[in-house]
Amino acid sequence: MIIKTTNLCWQWPRQTARLRFPDISLPAGEHLFIHGPSGSGKTTLLSLLSGLNRATLGSIRVHGQDLARLSGSARDRLRADRTGVIFQQFNLVPYLSALDNVTLPCRLSRHRRQQAGDPADAARQLMTALGLPMETFTRKAPELSTGQQQRVAAARALIGAPPLILADEPTSALDVVNRDRFVALLLEQAARTGSSVVFVSHDPALASHFGNHLELLTETETEANP
Amino acid sequence: MKPSLALSLATASLWHRRRILLLVTLTLTLSVSLLLGVQYLRTEVRQSFNSAVSGTDLIIGARSGELNLLLYSVFHIGHATNNLGWNSFQELAGDDRIDWLIPLSLGDSYRGHRVVGTDRRFLDYYQYGDDQPLQLVKGQWFSDVFEVVLGAQVARTLGHRTGDEIVLSHGGGRTSFVKHDQHPFRVSGVLAATGTPVDRGVYVSLEGLEAIHIGWEAGVPAPGRTLSADAARIRELTPDTITAALAGIKRPILTFQVQRDINQYAGEPLSAILPGVALAQLWQVLGQFELLLMGITAFVVVISLTGLVTVLLTLQTHRHQEIAVLRANGASPSLIASLYLLECTGLAVTATALATGLWYLALLAVAPWLLDTFGLAINLRPLTGVESLLLLSVPLAGLVVGAIPAIKAWRLGNRPSGWAAE
Repeated sequence: MIIKTTNLCWQWPRQTARLRFPDISLPAGEHLFIHGPSGSGKTTLLSLLSGLNRATLGSIRVHGQDLARLSGSARDRLRADRTGVIFQQFNLVPYLSALDNVTLPCRLSRHRRQQAGDPADAARQLMTALGLPMETFTRKAPELSTGQQQRVAAARALIGAPPLILADEPTSALDVVNRDRFVALLLEQAARTGSSVVFVSHDPALASHFGNHLELLTETETEANP
Repeated sequence: MKPSLALSLATASLWHRRRILLLVTLTLTLSVSLLLGVQYLRTEVRQSFNSAVSGTDLIIGARSGELNLLLYSVFHIGHATNNLGWNSFQELAGDDRIDWLIPLSLGDSYRGHRVVGTDRRFLDYYQYGDDQPLQLVKGQWFSDVFEVVLGAQVARTLGHRTGDEIVLSHGGGRTSFVKHDQHPFRVSGVLAATGTPVDRGVYVSLEGLEAIHIGWEAGVPAPGRTLSADAARIRELTPDTITAALAGIKRPILTFQVQRDINQYAGEPLSAILPGVALAQLWQVLGQFELLLMGITAFVVVISLTGLVTVLLTLQTHRHQEIAVLRANGASPSLIASLYLLECTGLAVTATALATGLWYLALLAVAPWLLDTFGLAINLRPLTGVESLLLLSVPLAGLVVGAIPAIKAWRLGNRPSGWAAE
């Protein structure tokens, strides 16, 4: 299993409300679609899976590692080596070119660099495969359209073939055509690298692209396993 | 943490925000220039004062304060309160313990430059800097009553050459309405530049000074009582008084004994001072002001650094997403914190480098003016240890104040919800 969670709970500091998440068991190479209304904890769940935040209660194993037992720096290392991330928006470091944004994980992780071979070459291939024109490679984030920025972010998440990609509503700013195209391209590239994609969206129309589904309801409710 | 990555990201980040950071860097550059300038000038002014006279064991004049005597006799600043009798000078010159004695008679001026009545002993015994003697670059020392030798700066700024005739003014002010135009002096020689007040002096014989003042009453010439040049040349022109004298003692061990004897001289109330001690006294007086000036300047730098941190903290509020992206991709909180440290230190280093360049450029432009106007010889030289340390303290201070946004960023990176800032 690339992800296995049991009785996972999250409570914000100095708040009484507690989020309780359904248990997840996701085999390596499979994808998971998570959807739910605003406030249901979709983004929080991704932050727990990435190791950025520690669960308040419950067990969470990612890449076969118990995140609760890892120090902050070990979780940072695990994330750098084995997890790609795509945000909803503002995905790029504004002062880096598109190419430098894509190769950023290879600069943060020796493992990703080794997996990528030549990072710049791998970045160009991924960007081309994701339909980015060559002239955008050297442009900085503010010079790219929203759709281009999302594809650059996808290329960054895919470089170095991380086993897990966490995508937090990456299509929310795209129109329907570009949304479907983006998801198809992402999954196509993930299939090439053998990465599992955990895709969060409030849009149930995207569910059909994914084999496993998880619906988050309200703050204290749990739902079925995928 | 990856230092090369941090450096590369910090450099790119600074360049990306260059327009916003330009003004704050400029402010810091100017304040560091001021800090360096104050210290540099302080060192140079001390050097300039210290090198003005060397080899002189005692300065002798009418009874007055040590500083006053030093300032008017060597630096031509201020005026003597009284004169030294020629008889006393002659008596001192006969003292076996005294090796040499240079008479100095001040009072008149030439276009803002002090006229110094003296004799050949000034050329032979006066030393400056590292015991360097005076030298003539043109012509020869005066031999006639109405000959004059010019200091290097006087000759340069007023464009005089040997053979030129000049008319001295009565009194020591920059502007004088009473001139000794009946007795023009011919330039017989020009002294080599020394970077000391000697360069600003106009040197004539004691007899020459005496001659042009015969027949003067209450600061103006009495009609029919002044002497013609030819008449002056054949007349006995021994002065009654002079302003001061510089003395060299045969054996240094006797200096204090001679000083004590002069201070207790029965003929008239005299003061003998040690130039080094008087200079030390001068620095003691000025030291408080120097310290105050340095304190104010350092405060200006601190204010500039505070401005820099304020800008960085303001920018930090716009950088949450960038930090979130870096964190999500595996950057550690310490890497994020190091970005702020590097950016702040980088700006301080840039400002320091610019300030150093700016100061040397300013020096190139201003040094000739300082020499002409105030007689301060400010040399273009490598930085001293203290100046280098002062400059080094700026990036270090940048590192310290950069810790404020760095710690804030580190805490942000560690606290829950390090995911995308929404």
